[in-house]
Amino acid sequence: MAVDPIHQFEIHNVFPITQIGTAQIHLTNSAIFMAISVGLTMLLLLGTTGSRRLVPTRMQSVAELTYELMANTLRNVTGDEGMKFFPFVFSLFMFILFANLIGLIPYGFTVTSHLIITAALALLVFFTVIIYGFWKNGLAWLKLFVPSGIPTFMIPLIVVIELLSFFSRPISHSVRLFANMLAGHITLKLVAGFIAMLGGVGFVGWLGAIAPLALTVALTALEFLVAALQAFVFAILTCIYLNDAIHPSHDPHPAH
Amino acid sequence: MDDDAREESENRSDEAALAARLSRLGKRFGDERATRLPQQDVRRTDSSALGQGLRLSSELVAGVLVGGVFGWLLDHFVGTKPFGFIVLLLLGFVAGLVNMMRSVGMMAKGDWRLRK
Repeated sequence: MAVDPIHQFEIHNVFPITQIGTAQIHLTNSAIFMAISVGLTMLLLLGTTGSRRLVPTRMQSVAELTYELMANTLRNVTGDEGMKFFPFVFSLFMFILFANLIGLIPYGFTVTSHLIITAALALLVFFTVIIYGFWKNGLAWLKLFVPSGIPTFMIPLIVVIELLSFFSRPISHSVRLFANMLAGHITLKLVAGFIAMLGGVGFVGWLGAIAPLALTVALTALEFLVAALQAFVFAILTCIYLNDAIHPSHDPHPAH
Repeated sequence: MDDDAREESENRSDEAALAARLSRLGKRFGDERATRLPQQDVRRTDSSALGQGLRLSSELVAGVLVGGVFGWLLDHFVGTKPFGFIVLLLLGFVAGLVNMMRSVGMMAKGDWRLRK
């Protein structure tokens, strides 16, 4: 029995909503799972912190810990001025985190395994950086592309390289999340498919299937790690890029 | 009536004391936080080899891709065919390498002279 590892990423129309011109707008499984991850985020954050206990319950503690994790990260990277972007960064983090985790539930759909979704999120960050950078610093923001301390004749070359480096950010930002989710899910599906294929062979096949079964269990654990980590990495890169919009010329946090 | 008033004033002083304690605590936590900021290194978070490979390759590919696209557009609109594509593709490769080195922390932002 053959396993199609790509099948899980197919988008289905669930039911038609409206028609714009000749384009039929459908509610898709992707849209439903996006709505679910937004709903779960709200449930976690609003539902558990509603009672506002001084001594938190278990779930309230989870909500507070995620909040503090992102708040500390953003403050460390961008300083206190960056905290106005906290709602933005936190929403991105929670949305991606839940989208990744829901994708690991059998019969779930991984929203972030589609490049268009991650690209939309990365471009949102990219344009936020450009617009806020110009709005806050004016043309002085362009100093971002002219590093200090280089010989004058090198400046044109360096500026072009810095510009290309800047414009390649949304690509690597989005591809990283997308590729991690896609590769992880395909690997998981392929290895799990071996179990069924070996099972068709007979008794020897069942014995042989123990190895891929163990590997599947291990990979599932790894995928949970990757799901959380990639959401965090996406959020952290967002913080680093926002820092460029806020402090273009000097870098108060030399760690990055 | 008298008792009520006294009780209320007691409550209020209790609350004032609590508030004072709370603000003291808050200040101490604030100091603590200022002295030891959690030093999380972003770049070291994805430990798996696959994650690292995807990260670095995406940086490099993105640089080359952007360089190529920009060069092609320049040729298309300015008519410098084929030099814009060649030059910008190569510079895009450089930018990709710069991004890669930055993302593993070998090169700080704006630090063009590599450390000795």
